Parts: sequence; C-alpha cells; structure tokens
Amino acid sequence: MGYTLNFGAVWRDFDLLLAGLALGLGMAIVSILIGCVIGLVAAFAMISKQGWLRRIAGTYVTVIRNSPPLVLILLAYFALPQVLGMRIGKLEAFIGTLAIYAGAYLTEVFRGALLALPGGLREAGLAIGLTERQTKAYVIVPVMVRNALPALSNNFISLFKDTSLAAAIAVPELTFYARQINVHSFRVVETWLVASLMYVAACYLIAAGLRQLEQRLAIPR
Amino acid sequence: MMELTEFFVQLWIARWAVLKGLGITAFISLLAIVLGTLLGIGVGLVLTYGGRVSRLVARIFVDYVRGTPVFVLVLASFYLLSEVGVHLTAFQAGLFALTIFCSTHVGENARGALMSLPRGQMEAGKAIGLTFPEIFIYVLAPQALRQALPTWVNTATEIVKASTLLSVIGVAELLLTAKEIIARNFLTLEFYLFAGLLFFLINFAIERGGRYVERRVALPN
Repeated sequence: MGYTLNFGAVWRDFDLLLAGLALGLGMAIVSILIGCVIGLVAAFAMISKQGWLRRIAGTYVTVIRNSPPLVLILLAYFALPQVLGMRIGKLEAFIGTLAIYAGAYLTEVFRGALLALPGGLREAGLAIGLTERQTKAYVIVPVMVRNALPALSNNFISLFKDTSLAAAIAVPELTFYARQINVHSFRVVETWLVASLMYVAACYLIAAGLRQLEQRLAIPR
Repeated sequence: MMELTEFFVQLWIARWAVLKGLGITAFISLLAIVLGTLLGIGVGLVLTYGGRVSRLVARIFVDYVRGTPVFVLVLASFYLLSEVGVHLTAFQAGLFALTIFCSTHVGENARGALMSLPRGQMEAGKAIGLTFPEIFIYVLAPQALRQALPTWVNTATEIVKASTLLSVIGVAELLLTAKEIIARNFLTLEFYLFAGLLFFLINFAIERGGRYVERRVALPN
C-alpha cells in the first residue's frame, strides 16, 4: 500500500466542494418542482377516459424510464440546439432533462396515489357543489400529494444523486469539482472519500428533513 | 430526407463499431447484474440473519454505497483502486463499481423479501432437521424470489442505464461508441437518438421479460 492520507489539498478547495453540493441541491429542487407539474399532468392523463391521452402519457413514462439519463442529457445539451437552431445553456439543458426524467417517475407515483384514493372523495367534492376541476384542485390533489410524500422523498433523493451526472457536461457541481481536485492534486483517496461522504451526509440529512416534513403534513388519523 | 440517407450510410460504415459497443454494454451489464446479485444475496442474508457486528458492517456498506451517486462510484473505482495498488483496466474498474452498486440494491431487496416471510417458515425448516443452507435454498429462497422479482428487474434496468457512465472513464461501450462516431460525422442528434433507442430496447425487453416471468411464477390464487 504505502499511501499516506493528506487531506490538505481537499480542505483547501473544500469551499468549492460545498458550492458544488449547493448547486446540486438547487438543481434537484428546481427539477423536482418542474417534474411534479409534469408528473401531475401525466398522472391525470394516465387515468383519463380518453384513450389517446393514456397512450401518450404511457409512452412518455415507458420511454423515459427505460432510457439512460446520461444519454438524455447529452441529447438535450448537444443535439437539441441543432434542432432548435439556438444555444441552450448547460444548466438549462441539465435541469430540463432531469425534470423530464423525474416527471416520468413521479407520474407513476402520482398515478398510484390517485388510484389508492377512495372513490367517495371525488363524489363528496361534487356533492358539495364543486365542479370537476375544483374537486381535483381542492380535494383530490391535496390528499393525494400527502399520501405520495414518502415516495416523493425517495425520488428527490435519487434525483439529488443524479445531479452528479451534470459533471459529464461540465456543470460545476460536487462531482465536477471532485474530479478537478483529483486531477490537480493527485490526492485521489482523500478527494473521493470526502466527496462521497458529502453525498452520503447530504442524502442522510435530506432524508431526515423530509421525514420531519412528512410527519408534519401527515393526515391526522 | 437527405439526412436520413446520410444517417444510414454512416451507420453502415460504423456497423461493426456499433455492434461491438452494444456487445460490451450487454456484456458488462450482464456480468455486473450476475455478480452483483450473487454478492447482494450474501449482503441480504447478513442484513437479515447476521450477528450484531456483521449486520452493522453490512448496513454501513449498503447505506454508504446507496448514498453515493453511481457516477461517483464509477469515478472513484477508476481513479482510486489503482492508487491503492489494485491495478485494474477501465473495464474492470467500471465492472467493480456497477457490481458494488448492484449488490447493495439486491441486498436491500433480498432483506425486504426475507423479512416479509413469516417466521414459521424458518421454524418449520428447523423442525424437520434442515440446516440453514438447506432452509434457505429449499424453503426461504423460493418464496422470497417471487417477492423480490419486480424490484430485481428494476435493478437490472438501472444497471444497464448506469453502464452508460462507463463511457466517461473510457470503456468503449455503446454510448462512447456513439460519441466517437459523432466526432467523425457530426450527426449528433441522429446517433445519440439511435444510442438512446438501443438502450431503451434493451431495458424494454428486460422489463417485458420480467413481467412475463412474474406471471409465470405467480402463485395461483
């Protein structure tokens, strides 16, 4: 072996790693918010009476869930600008892709939560004189989202880990800086130890925080 | 129309490279799934039936790996292992990362499936004089397999998706092959889409195959 640990180089650039971690978190938050909107729309499409809506949503979910996110990211960043004839920023391309990727998973989450709701809920909304749309917005979605929260938390954590892929298109997040420090300082073991521990700690804290949130928002029984 | 013809001409020129990339993707994914599953069953057994210390070690291993993005695992294996004296090719380092990743997912899955079995199964096995390996093989595993199958199929598709990350460390799998072809002919959209389609088809086949097996092995009720 003969490898002596020396964390000096990593500590010197620790603020970069922290900034990278913050950027990753930010990207994950924006992505999941957009992804939730996509997921909600697609989930209602999945359970709609219109066959074509169900087919479109179903195809979206199947195609995206079975495609590697890295390929989608490269497509969005390198190929899409050719088609649109305009440049897309790294960040926009990455967040957009991640949102679409998350949307496919969230569609399944929301669809499951919608199907698990008792039918009486919708009928109760209609019975007190709400329109179909109002029932959805004020009765069904609030209950459904609270039931879906645990699955939503899991998705957020895996989305946060997926932000490491942004390093592949040189978005300066944690993995990107870790690679940079690795290459510049050759403190290989220290760099990856610290970077992975930062991910693990962040995931752990996020999970703990989201569990708190779940308890606060839980439907009292 | 011109572009489509051009794409097929270029695809024909690169046909052997594409096939080779596809082969490497399939080979490394398959190997990682098989090795990761074997290792993961061991991890699952330790998590479920291990003593306090071994359980704690397995728990830390699983949580650490699952809290780290696969991309970081891949990069860390690639840079780190050679640094501490284990000299691996990019292919081997990538295989190592994917196998470890797979084993933690299978481990959690196996633990969940084993825990869901009623205690009486184990006791019944002991009562008729079976040893632990015999109980596991003849009593627990067949029942746990049914439980674990859907999640295991999911893990398999995750591994295929994660195999694209090896393109970054220079394993000439399908995505890196696509990148190389694009560097030659600049058909960015076409070849990324084509690579994405192939990955989708692999995963779609796994998903459908998994569902077929699930139906075949389901208990009649």
